[in-house]
Amino acid sequence: MKPTNRNGLTRLFYNPTARSLFFQALVLGGLLWFVLTIVGNVTTNLNARGISSGFGFLSQPAGFGISQSLIEYNETFTFGRTFFVGLLNTLLVSAMGVVAATILGVFVGISRISPNWLLRKISMVYIEILRNIPLLLQIFFWYYVVLQTLPRPRDSLSFGETIFINIRGVFMPKPMAETGFALYVGLLVAAVVGVIFLGQWAKRRMRDTGQQFPVFWTSVAILLGTLVLGFFITGRPIALDYPELRGLNFRGGMSLIPELIALWFALTIYTSTYIGEIVRSGIQSVSHGQTEACRALGLNEKQRMNLVVLPQAMRVMIPPMTSQYLNLTKNSSLATAIGYPDLVSVFAGTTLNQTGQAIEIITMTMLVYLTISLLVSAFMNWFNKRVALVER
Amino acid sequence: MTNQQDFIITLKNVNKWYGEFHVLKDINLNVKMGERIVICGPSGSGKSTMIRCINHLEEHQEGDIVVDGVLLNNDLKNIGQIRKEVGMVFQHFNLFPHLTVLQNCTLAPIWVRKMPQKEAEAIAMKYLERVKIPDQANKYPGQLSGGQQQRVAIARSLCMNPRVMLFDEPTSALDPEMIKEVLDVMVELAQEGMTMLCVTHEMGFAKKVADRVIFMDAGQIIEENEPESFFNNPQSDRTKLFLSQVLGH
Amino acid sequence: MEKFIPIPSRPAPVVEVGLIGWMRKNLFSSIPNTLVTLFTVYMMWIVLVPFLNWAFISADWIGDSRQDCDSGGACWVFVTVRWNLFMYGFYPEDSYWRPNLAFILLLGILVWLSVPRLPFKKWVAIAALTVYPVAAYTLLYGGFGLDVIPTHRWGGLMLTLVLALIGIVVAIPIGILLALGRRSEMPVIRMVCVIFIEFWRGVPLITILFMASVMLPLFFAGGTDADKLMRALIGIVMFQSAYMAEVVRGGLQALSKGQFEGADALGLSYWQKMNLVVLPQALKIMIPGIVNTLISLFKDTSLIVIIGLLDVLGMVRQALADPAWLGYPAEGYLFAAFMFWIFCFSMSRYSIYLEDRLNTGHRK
Repeated sequence: MKPTNRNGLTRLFYNPTARSLFFQALVLGGLLWFVLTIVGNVTTNLNARGISSGFGFLSQPAGFGISQSLIEYNETFTFGRTFFVGLLNTLLVSAMGVVAATILGVFVGISRISPNWLLRKISMVYIEILRNIPLLLQIFFWYYVVLQTLPRPRDSLSFGETIFINIRGVFMPKPMAETGFALYVGLLVAAVVGVIFLGQWAKRRMRDTGQQFPVFWTSVAILLGTLVLGFFITGRPIALDYPELRGLNFRGGMSLIPELIALWFALTIYTSTYIGEIVRSGIQSVSHGQTEACRALGLNEKQRMNLVVLPQAMRVMIPPMTSQYLNLTKNSSLATAIGYPDLVSVFAGTTLNQTGQAIEIITMTMLVYLTISLLVSAFMNWFNKRVALVER
Repeated sequence: MTNQQDFIITLKNVNKWYGEFHVLKDINLNVKMGERIVICGPSGSGKSTMIRCINHLEEHQEGDIVVDGVLLNNDLKNIGQIRKEVGMVFQHFNLFPHLTVLQNCTLAPIWVRKMPQKEAEAIAMKYLERVKIPDQANKYPGQLSGGQQQRVAIARSLCMNPRVMLFDEPTSALDPEMIKEVLDVMVELAQEGMTMLCVTHEMGFAKKVADRVIFMDAGQIIEENEPESFFNNPQSDRTKLFLSQVLGH
Repeated sequence: MEKFIPIPSRPAPVVEVGLIGWMRKNLFSSIPNTLVTLFTVYMMWIVLVPFLNWAFISADWIGDSRQDCDSGGACWVFVTVRWNLFMYGFYPEDSYWRPNLAFILLLGILVWLSVPRLPFKKWVAIAALTVYPVAAYTLLYGGFGLDVIPTHRWGGLMLTLVLALIGIVVAIPIGILLALGRRSEMPVIRMVCVIFIEFWRGVPLITILFMASVMLPLFFAGGTDADKLMRALIGIVMFQSAYMAEVVRGGLQALSKGQFEGADALGLSYWQKMNLVVLPQALKIMIPGIVNTLISLFKDTSLIVIIGLLDVLGMVRQALADPAWLGYPAEGYLFAAFMFWIFCFSMSRYSIYLEDRLNTGHRK
């Protein structure tokens, strides 16, 4: 049969490259039109409302106080400063949450595969209940129900007259450096360096002679010893500033505000249910045959865990763990619901209300989270590639 | 009666249940040093369970198991002692995928025998040469064929310098052309005088190297004999039926 | 020749089986294990018993004011007197039949689709996607002779369900398109999709809701004040479709390359390949993932409280602020938690059931 004759246009229609170019141009054009329309609308709307855009507001004085700040801050500082105060508070609660949720999560995950039936069931119930209740509700519950049952400052729960817990938060002594502090720090650094050398020496000795050395316990002893003995040798270089009840509240010392505690607890517990499941499935992903092979070779339970099961489980666990840490950081933005001064609450909340610069502020806030997300996923890609390389 | 000390493995009236299911019934078995035993029988007859009891991968509930003069009970020290002296090769190799072939072989010598790394590596290379894959030492198990993996698994057990080797269907998961390379290694090992307990369906191997063939069914040892008489003159009708099915084609 | 006579099976030793064997194995297998058991039982005793006593045994269930709560336990009267508010928000009481009918219709459709024996599945599915949304919108909002009930009167559990359902139904097709775009060979389309997906996944939902409530009005010509609920929905759908796209991508990746090649070899066009070969298989694999996304969406709807919409949690919080009923936050929050939990838990069980069924199906 003779090939059908087509004119130029039909031929172009059936040409895949032309098609692909056409579709891409179409999408690009549509997108451009969409963006331009929005930009146009925004400019008219802003002009109509008499709002001038730009980042000039960042250098204006803020004029409001913030209940917790890691850097020096008061009403006279700028809106730019409030951004950093909020950002640091977000990072603080996220870091606290990541540490606590990991510890709790690993405990829950190991309990899920414990030989003890009761512990297994209880940790299952814990996971099934707490992961199916919205985090926001849990934050409210800790803040408005649990923490509200704490006594007033005058009737604080006191632990040895040094730590006080009441409805206004947790009050602890604050360590203050005095003379000899530098020496003390120097000693501690020396001890850490010593421990590192000890570890390497023990490794070398084991490689050469096969003899093992109890590195872990020796290191603990050295570090604790330096911590305690060094403290007295250098002449007690740390003084404690104790909190004291003056009038209606405590003065001095350090404090954790109740908003931070509620948010921290809720984030920790909610995330620990997910981490627990990750740990469980990570450990269970290592096949039973591996366990049997270890036993047949005569490795003991600790060696089996450390040398065979954990290295394999870690590979399965680390990617989902990282994304849980990322979720926790993003979830910390719920702080705004109970007024913990995180980035969203201080910047996208109070600062936005005071300045009305919605577009600039929301964009900056989103960019912060986006940057964190991209950094974390860059790490994950790197990790996955490395593991994939090692595996094959 | 022979002295207990002459036997490296003794099973006396061993019974085991999985829940209510009676898997091993009154098992009695004595293995002499240097003896090569092949255990056969239909699937579900308890042969794997029996050899897995010997290094306590499974727990038996009644009877005594004595390995190399050590009574196997719940004492962790005894279990550790026995496992040091008993090597095992599994059906699915059970190599550690995150370690190289060499690291697989040196792991137990270093951590259990407390051997210096250099020495462990030298021994590992020696055995890898014996199983004819020294050139794969730095690869990962996932990069090897099934037959190569199983030979690594044999080398890994040999590195512990065991007095007894247990083989749990070592060729069942392999393609036919790979079975031979694994069997060759096992035959060589047998000729060097290693005490071996082999669960296998390879009757040719049994005829060639076994000192004794044991036939199991329904959780009991039905017959044990030298390979010659076992294959040519089975005593029990059950054995005869099994042999006719296995050798029939 | 010997006749083979099997030894009869004997019962296992008592310590191995039955209740005692079970307890020995699972609760008292070693000294640390026994200590754990005893400690756990003790903890349960001191936590669970007072809680059950407070929540059930000495709780007040019936009444119509706080004077009826005098037994010292939980005051569930706080919940019962506001039951309708918690369910429907400020929806007019004489129109409760409208949301009820809409949800009963939905339930009917879902049951019809999930019972294998019923006929006309295709038509029911088409109706569910075309007729039903119009009907439900009319029922809930008004029109065609029904009074219009503006969305600011919607609330309670009804609002939660409306948000979650619309969110998931709209997010699925967008998510499929995004996932296909992400695998596309056209660089511009691939890039647009990747940026879209990664942007919405990278920011917290709360900032998206803030954006929807303060930035979105600026985007419309003439600064139209779009409905508050509508704006929240736009934000939720954007967020959700990005997550859905990743679920779809996972499903597509689970398919072997041979499926794509086979379809190409048969000469199917791109959309034929997707609709006839790829998506039917991938969607099946994706169902558990979709249900899991629905669960997180359901939990996330609670965030609309922060921008001032009143779902179950919002209604509870409003009730807690009622001066006549101060002091029952535990009852209020536990009730809201229970409402969310019962939905999320049943959905998660359903997804596990699906996953199990899928797994066995694949092994065969």
